[in-house]
Amino acid sequence: MADATIAMSRPVERLAPRRNQRDRRVTRHLFRAIVIVYLAMLIAWPLGLIARTTFADGLTSLRETLDDPVVTHAIWLTVRVAMITVALDLVFGVGVSLLLVRYRFRGRRVLSALIDLPLSVSPVVVGLALVLAYGGRTGWFGESLEGAGIQVIFATPGIVMATVFVSLPLVVREVVPVLEEIGTEQEQAAHSLGASSLQTFLRITLPAIKWAVVYGVVLSLARALGEFGAVKIVSGNLVNKTQTATLVVEQKYQDFEQSTAYATSFLLALAAVICIIIVAVLRPTESEPR
Amino acid sequence: MTTANPLSTGMPVEGPPRGLVHRRTRRHGALHAQSATGLGFVMLFFSVIVLLPLSAVLVKTTTGGWSGYWRTITNDQTLAALRLTITQALLVTLVNVVMGTLIAWVLVRDRFRGKRILEVLIDVPFALPTIVAGLVLLALYGPKSPIGIDVANTQRAVFLALAFVTLPFVVRTVQPVLEEIDAEVEEAAATLGASRLTTFRRIILPSLLPAITSGAALSFARAISEYGSLVLLSGNLALRTEVASVRILTYVENGNDAAAASVATTLLAIALVVIVSLDLLQRRVARRG
Amino acid sequence: MSIDVRNITKTFGDFVALDDVSVSLPTGQLTALLGPSGGGKSTLLRIIAGLEFADRGEVHIEGVDATDLTPQRRNVGFVFQHYAAFKHMTVAKNVAFGLSIRKRPKAEVRARVQELLHLVHLEAFADRLPSQLSGGQRQRMALARALAVEPTVLLLDEPFGALDAKVREELREWLRRLHDEVQVTTVLVTHDQEEALEVADEIVVINGGRIEQIGSPDLLYDSPANDFVMSFLGPVTRLGGRLIRPHDVEIHLGAVPSAHIGTVTRLTRVGFEVRIDVDVDGQPTLATLTRAQHHALGATVGSTVWLRPIDGVSTVAVPANGPHRASAGSPSKCSVASDSDSDSDANDLVATSG
Repeated sequence: MADATIAMSRPVERLAPRRNQRDRRVTRHLFRAIVIVYLAMLIAWPLGLIARTTFADGLTSLRETLDDPVVTHAIWLTVRVAMITVALDLVFGVGVSLLLVRYRFRGRRVLSALIDLPLSVSPVVVGLALVLAYGGRTGWFGESLEGAGIQVIFATPGIVMATVFVSLPLVVREVVPVLEEIGTEQEQAAHSLGASSLQTFLRITLPAIKWAVVYGVVLSLARALGEFGAVKIVSGNLVNKTQTATLVVEQKYQDFEQSTAYATSFLLALAAVICIIIVAVLRPTESEPR
Repeated sequence: MTTANPLSTGMPVEGPPRGLVHRRTRRHGALHAQSATGLGFVMLFFSVIVLLPLSAVLVKTTTGGWSGYWRTITNDQTLAALRLTITQALLVTLVNVVMGTLIAWVLVRDRFRGKRILEVLIDVPFALPTIVAGLVLLALYGPKSPIGIDVANTQRAVFLALAFVTLPFVVRTVQPVLEEIDAEVEEAAATLGASRLTTFRRIILPSLLPAITSGAALSFARAISEYGSLVLLSGNLALRTEVASVRILTYVENGNDAAAASVATTLLAIALVVIVSLDLLQRRVARRG
Repeated sequence: MSIDVRNITKTFGDFVALDDVSVSLPTGQLTALLGPSGGGKSTLLRIIAGLEFADRGEVHIEGVDATDLTPQRRNVGFVFQHYAAFKHMTVAKNVAFGLSIRKRPKAEVRARVQELLHLVHLEAFADRLPSQLSGGQRQRMALARALAVEPTVLLLDEPFGALDAKVREELREWLRRLHDEVQVTTVLVTHDQEEALEVADEIVVINGGRIEQIGSPDLLYDSPANDFVMSFLGPVTRLGGRLIRPHDVEIHLGAVPSAHIGTVTRLTRVGFEVRIDVDVDGQPTLATLTRAQHHALGATVGSTVWLRPIDGVSTVAVPANGPHRASAGSPSKCSVASDSDSDSDANDLVATSG
């Protein structure tokens, strides 16, 4: 029989931390320190440097940069290209995701693998590929397109194509897992209640994936604003015509106009960081650590 | 607006609800007219933007035949560029495997003020334009370095730039897996007598291995493709600090498309080989249990 | 004594999980820690295992002060509700894990693993992965794994909670038989009173961080210390301001001394028993009879009946301020006026917390 004994001795208060808990705390702090130093030296400090250099003499650098017509043209071009790219990515991305997840067809798995392809291709190769396919003189379709009055390479359409190439998978990669997770039950319920495919899509599917779509769009936007290598080849880097913001940074640096290069970099970096923060804020917070 | 379903009002049904009459019963999963057209458009778009141009590269590579290809690849400068690219990419991937896992560990297991800032920092290389990255790395670790570290125009600059742009890959693949690990499994190991280190080595690490390898594959592929951050930082000195992507650009600027295509195809092939072998390796390790 | 828990207190922030709890568990016994979710039983188990550390108090295992020892050093076997299987290892490797940590020679490990797999009837699955096993099989593997290192005590945290009802029953029976064979001190945490009543040698009822009662299944069922223990371990109903078990209620169609008069409102036949809802002065009372008894009685809905407790059963006072925490109420025996007092041995009140 168990007896409920009154305590024989006075209970001992836990005052000093146990050895194993102390060891664990040391390891924890060590890891934390290593990680913080690594990230600080590699990312944070360089990032901070952009801001510091740009605002070294207050707002003059920034103002001069924005007064430079070459820069403003480049920024405007970049923004235009980015908008078109993101719109195309959105439509394509959502469409492909639905097809990949909700349907079965021959070559589905191949398509799924191919969609990820652009992520492994060097931007320089992207530029080369587009030139070879659509270049004015030597490209496969170059002559026929130019005959029809459409210039792809060394013009905005080419820049858009290059930017779309590199950002294409991003929306898909965000939306596909969410579509798989939510399953088809809600959509089936909607169908059984009489909704058409369009209605189901607009009122059931789209709201369910809306955050994934937002993340994908923001990531595409960041990617589109920042593309460099592919655009360099495809655009021909013609000042005031096909020079994007990233190309302007390189140009100004090489022309020894460092402050302009930094100021433009600052604007680009700011846009990138805002994109990241938007996504970070919108994503649900992670679970508590153990 | 959907029309009211006559069945729901309890009134006599005049006919089946609207939706069923005008649509043949769709077996979920099979393509029909609507989605097949969608697929067609999608494929067309994808081909025009991605598949066609890439095949143009492949085709261009073959225009010089095997001899042309070999001549390009074995050119001293090109060979040096490829060797540099692959070596640095491998080194960086190794570093990322260690640091990436460590960073993921701290993000998941530790808790302190400002941890969310770290999360943002890790995504910066994803979003920051590569040319900007190169510019600031140059400022910090180049001739005007405030801390006296000058690696500009050296191979170490290549490593540095690659370390920057590939940072997030292993972290982001390992992090979700780490978050999912059951605390009870670690507790079970502890009750069976395993120290923290043993538990990590024999229980946690094996379950992270698939994530680590896929992160490593992505990191490697990104590293060999990198261009923008290297343009300013490495100086692109032929035979010393010139990477494959810069070599391709030089060929393009000199009008030698075939040579450019050859190097491009080589890069694609290398990326493919590494991704596939890592996938196979990881699958074999998983099966061994 | 195998496990000696002394004055354990544990709080999580503002929440008091265990409040000055002390209990001693004899060697070789199968004890159930029974209570509602959040009551503290799992916390106590984990403190015994070393997976949590108490704010105050001590834990002694086989005479050794284990309070500050890590789980690695306590030599306890622990089985989790969701199995905690090492997913990337085969069943054999899972079971062998504790032994391979201790660097035992391979032959010895292999033999022991074989022995254990035989014990839990999983020999055929030695080379399978846990994902290829059913829930019940995984739990048996977890048990084998815990037993492999010959632990001093075996601790089970709601081990059958994640399993289907049928599998749960089978494993319950199987655990009891295993314990009889292996004879290791075992502590089982459960919120299922049926499980505790069926399997345990002794039950410790824990609620709100405090021990309500300790005793054999019979003692707890027949002589509960308070209304909480009574309601938790079995069905209760009210009669005459006291709590009583429905099957301890006598029904008569004619007046009898010391009885309460009421009207039958509902008759339900459930399996072998018949449940009779009676309205006594506006209070619903439930009486259960066997089919034979009901047939003999012949009551119907609307009949007037007289209810009284069966002679000698324990009843508990209804607490003034709602259920639980009725240390004020003391159990009493009912005696029918005409009968002489019949003393029941089973009415010892066991001291609880403190």
